[in-house]
Amino acid sequence: MASQARQRRSAPQAPPAQDAAGERDGQLRAFYRDMVLIRRFEERAARAYTDALVGGYCHLNLGEEAAVVGLMSALRPTDYLFTNYREHGYALLRGIDPNRVMAELYGRVDGVSKGWGGSMHMFDMTHRLLGGYGIVGGQLPLATGAALAIDYRGGDDVVLCTLGDGTAAIGAFHESLNIAALWNLPVVFVIINNGLGMGTTVAHSSAEPDLYKRGAAYRMASARVDGFDPVAVREAAVKAVEAARGGRPYLLEVVTERLRGHSVVDPAKYRTADEVERLKHEDPIQIFGSKLTADGVLDADAIAAIEAEVAGVVTAAADFAARSPHPEVATLFDYTYATPVPNDSRRLPGQPLFEPLPFPAGTAATSAGVSA
Amino acid sequence: MTIMTYRQALHDTLRAEMLRDERVFLMGEEIGVFEGSYKITAGLLKEFGDKRVRDTPIAEEGFAGAAIGAAMLGLRPVIEMMTINFSMLALDQIINHAAKIYGMFGGQARVPLVIRTPGGGGQQLGATHSQNIELFYAFVPGMKVVAPSTPADAKALLLAAIRDDDPVLFLENLGLYNTKGDVPDADAPAEIGRASVTRPGNDLTLIGYSRMAHVASEVAASLAASDGLDIEVVDLRSLRPLDRATLVESVKKTHAAVVLEDDWLTYGIGAEVAASISDGAFDYLDAPVRRVAMAEVPMPYAKPLETAALPSRDDVIGAIRQTLAAVGRRAPRPAAANGVAQ
Repeated sequence: MASQARQRRSAPQAPPAQDAAGERDGQLRAFYRDMVLIRRFEERAARAYTDALVGGYCHLNLGEEAAVVGLMSALRPTDYLFTNYREHGYALLRGIDPNRVMAELYGRVDGVSKGWGGSMHMFDMTHRLLGGYGIVGGQLPLATGAALAIDYRGGDDVVLCTLGDGTAAIGAFHESLNIAALWNLPVVFVIINNGLGMGTTVAHSSAEPDLYKRGAAYRMASARVDGFDPVAVREAAVKAVEAARGGRPYLLEVVTERLRGHSVVDPAKYRTADEVERLKHEDPIQIFGSKLTADGVLDADAIAAIEAEVAGVVTAAADFAARSPHPEVATLFDYTYATPVPNDSRRLPGQPLFEPLPFPAGTAATSAGVSA
Repeated sequence: MTIMTYRQALHDTLRAEMLRDERVFLMGEEIGVFEGSYKITAGLLKEFGDKRVRDTPIAEEGFAGAAIGAAMLGLRPVIEMMTINFSMLALDQIINHAAKIYGMFGGQARVPLVIRTPGGGGQQLGATHSQNIELFYAFVPGMKVVAPSTPADAKALLLAAIRDDDPVLFLENLGLYNTKGDVPDADAPAEIGRASVTRPGNDLTLIGYSRMAHVASEVAASLAASDGLDIEVVDLRSLRPLDRATLVESVKKTHAAVVLEDDWLTYGIGAEVAASISDGAFDYLDAPVRRVAMAEVPMPYAKPLETAALPSRDDVIGAIRQTLAAVGRRAPRPAAANGVAQ
């Protein structure tokens, strides 16, 4: 399946025109730098996981760097992003401080979700990352509703909602796309097709493996783009976002690869030896870097400088996370309810519902009465 | 004070809140053009337009989730699940999302959402349309669950639910829509998380919510007239949070309790109530806490079977008599011999 995914990717786009070279080259270098940031951040996260500094599940964006970079570059700062549990790269490119992203992985108070969410549940209202969500498909109805709220208020922001290829099989996908199209909501659904839902291929999970074609069921414009080419992804995303801003929701399929297992602990044994070998030569950063080098946009020195700068950022993030305090147990009941409510249970395991009665009942009261 | 039905109280409160706050809007199946399966939203589409009274496709998960997403951006949606049975199609959105978002993201996003939905059997609707599964929601931290039994509480608790920043499951009941009562004219929200003693008494505490709180009041009045029994009635009103203190205070006075519920007995709301009383008033109990609940079967269609499965006034009176007999303060007497009004 992964090889099919690769075949579906188009050839990398032509190099940028010479006349726009200055600005364009700067953007290309920024794309490359951001891809390297995601790569090195995720490698550091994997190491921290192996060192037991990160718990739970930890899903990485390795292989999806170009997709993340291209998509995020198409959004305004005020647009909203809903995504799933594979979201560290998205958090970084929404502009959230890498220190806070790493601190969330470490479960510390300075994390983007104050240590309450972990790897799967990053959130930052300021940067309009409206959540990584851990239940497959759960973010789609929410994103649709956020678009409804924008429409309700007459705003011109857009919601971008990413999902995996496996998510195209879940009921919430159908319900959300139908509602979005029916109500002309400003939302772009983006399928990040890395060819595998955990270990299940698209061919084994979707009767229509050309996932972008599902848009037709809702009369929703749709397209497929090569997820190894950040420029192509950006251009496709800009077109999708523009459509959504005009009240025409859009379905974009970004074909990419997942270079590692489903999560850090998955050795991906379901992959064939051929596929494993092929993936060693299928690296979006290497491909994009070679292209930019051939085009004269980057050279070895520039790449080394980017690597050094990013290494500094990632090391600082890990140091920051390690220094950030663990949340106090006293805060355990702080986030059950936004509106305080009487009789909210705030008991630790084993604590009694009621203070034990004096025994024999009444004795204490009587003697208290006498002494008073 | 105005006398009106439970249905009218809901309708008038929705309308008043929509007039008061532009962020309040309604979504659900058949709530607009059809005016609601139970006509709670009658006339509101005409008055407010389709932006604020939005008919949805039959997509409970989709529209519940859309309401949650809209709430995260600051709107205050009130959605109608045609019956609580259909809310199961939206369980992922309600339990995994609405109830989690505030905590999971460290308090950064609120979900001011109201899910209005009726429970209740007794309409010969069969197994899938006669369930009382409010427990599913009351089980989950992050949810608030209220269950008004009177028109006055329908108004006061709906006002509270709409103005609350957390997701609230607002339990209505098919059997209550046509009941009438006094409704205060004032804009006075109730406090979620508080039970109320709706009838003071000393002989036994009778506890219920939604339709069964109504049954409890009727039975208490009837046994007062027929037997001179002085029964205290507690209407839970809020299933999460549960007001255990009010229950325990009552039982400390009466020394006996019977819990009424329209859901199933095993693991039901009554089980939690009984356990709470046991924890808080163990030394005061003169008899085990009795529970009267629905028979544990998929609800049959045939009327005699359905009637047998639902808790009736006779079932309640029987449980009260047996409990008082166990206490030793009243001898059990057959229902037919004492002239109890049925």
